[in-house]
Amino acid sequence: MLKTLINELVEKWPELWPILAAIAVILAVVPFLGLYMTFIERKLAAYVQDRVGPNRVGPFGLLQAVADGLKIFLKEQVIPDHVYTVLYFLAPTLSLMTAMFALVVMPFGPVPTNYTGGFRFIVAPGIDIGILMMIAISSLSAYGIIVGGWASNNKYSMYGAIRSCAQFISYEIPLGLSIIGVIAVAGSLNIEHIVDAQSKSIWDWNIFWQPLALLIFFTSALAETNRLPFDLPECEQELVGGFHTEYSGIKFVLFFLAEYTHIVTVSFLTALLFFGGWSCPGIPSPSTPEGASLTYMLLGLLVLVLKVSCVVALIMLLRWALPRFRFDQLMGLAWKGLIPLALVNLIGVAIVLSLDLPKHLLVVTAALPVIAAYYSATQFNASMAKLNSERSVLSKSRAMSYE
Amino acid sequence: MSNKKTKTVKWGEEPKLGMLDALYLPAIVSGLATAVRHAVSGKPTTRQYPEVEPEIPPNYRGVHRLNRDEQGRVKCVACYMCQTACPANCIEIIAAPAPKDDPHWKDRDKFPATFTIDELRCIYCGMCEEACPVDAIELTSVYDLTGLTRTEMVFDKEKLLSVFDETVKSGKDPVRTNRGTLGPASEVAPTGRQGPPPPGRGKHG
Ligand code: SF4
Ligand code: SF4
Repeated sequence: MLKTLINELVEKWPELWPILAAIAVILAVVPFLGLYMTFIERKLAAYVQDRVGPNRVGPFGLLQAVADGLKIFLKEQVIPDHVYTVLYFLAPTLSLMTAMFALVVMPFGPVPTNYTGGFRFIVAPGIDIGILMMIAISSLSAYGIIVGGWASNNKYSMYGAIRSCAQFISYEIPLGLSIIGVIAVAGSLNIEHIVDAQSKSIWDWNIFWQPLALLIFFTSALAETNRLPFDLPECEQELVGGFHTEYSGIKFVLFFLAEYTHIVTVSFLTALLFFGGWSCPGIPSPSTPEGASLTYMLLGLLVLVLKVSCVVALIMLLRWALPRFRFDQLMGLAWKGLIPLALVNLIGVAIVLSLDLPKHLLVVTAALPVIAAYYSATQFNASMAKLNSERSVLSKSRAMSYE
Repeated sequence: MSNKKTKTVKWGEEPKLGMLDALYLPAIVSGLATAVRHAVSGKPTTRQYPEVEPEIPPNYRGVHRLNRDEQGRVKCVACYMCQTACPANCIEIIAAPAPKDDPHWKDRDKFPATFTIDELRCIYCGMCEEACPVDAIELTSVYDLTGLTRTEMVFDKEKLLSVFDETVKSGKDPVRTNRGTLGPASEVAPTGRQGPPPPGRGKHG
């Protein structure tokens, strides 16, 4: 029995090791990245606020992240009396697991569309439902939050979980709708194919003909990651800490890591789906998959990582540029703003594709938000005018009653 | 009357929402621009504390000291004024008669045998300094007082005198009040030479 298993393993080894290697890379890089993203975020926040940020541990404070990580491992595990123990322990694990699992189909470096063997920058290459699976799995992470909020048996955690649940349901829809156009033109759900479709020239990058889709995608993705301005599930001012109020020590870290993994995932997706992934104007893509030299691979990796870091920096800067939404505004933005816009965008894509028009005509979709804004401003002003006239009537009747 | 009432009730009108406001994006971009401008300005307002020390104003109320007179004796005459004035009850003095046969102490009647201040209980209000008739107790600009135990933070006479020696020597804290060798209580009041009342207090001071 054991012998056949070993034989099987030896036989399959050439196919197995690239997968294991890719998994190892992800497992090694993600926690490290999580730690250092907190550091970068703190530094960036400090610079934005005219401070200097952590600068005591190591050169430029670089070891601060390591020190924080060590410290949090040594923290006491506080388990409150009133929690549902099994679910309480399950929630952080679930959260991180789903966040990591979504990375399985995500290329983190150049992956040629028909790759045969050797190491590649993806755990599972050639998955034809790639992007669909990724969105499906990452929306599962709502369970981690909901279970955590429920198991904490505490009203603030519960509120956080409920908010998160509503937010996830609302923003899944524009998220999915916005990338349908991209998928339709590439003709595949496979992320490698989608990137490949953008690799001819810089004008093929999806941002240049789907700017509206990018806007909707990025907004909804931000909401999915629970980042400011959409961080209602964990806003300190109202909910103590939201769903992770009762969590401490390493369990809290798991939640935290899941959140940062989400940010990385979202940034990667933005770069891959809209900014041409690893393609870059100066670097010609190899004519055949076998022609992918090591330099090309490394350059592609660098390009992708650069693009992703720009998106991550933008997400971090947005935190200091925007206040938090009110909950009804949050829901209104999804249901009354993003979903109709995404639908109109989708119709545009359908028309262009079925009439065989050049896809760059779709740039006009960028005008849609302006029209929507004009409409909503008129509506708002009309309703305010009505309210004001009601008020003036009221004040007149009040004034009469004074007499 | 009724006319006046109607005029007092006023409804403010909200500003009209423009199209650009409803679009959100211009506001977001300007917010981002502000964030980036600050991020790249490279002018942090942080003071790197242990390396760069803050400038302490001369009337700062920090750790106490007991001043010495010209002969190096403790200036305090153990009158208990500060202990009585202290709102936090953190000064404890035991007075003793000055050794009359010692020529060094010839001109003094009393001196503090022990003088302790609990620096942890103190609220650094400066009442003791105000109360002291001979300017013996003063608050210095020493602000970074730390200790590992509570007993360590109860300063006795020797410690308070050493604070005097140190702060005077460093030149940062010259003796603040100087009303004479032993202060006004020991001297003839300079009547008729008092200046005008401090400005800004009105007729009645
Ligand atoms: S500063 Fe105030 S609290 Fe402190 S010893 Fe003097 S009188 Fe007491
Ligand atoms: S008020 Fe001055 S002289 Fe009197 S006991 Fe206190 S320190 Fe000594």
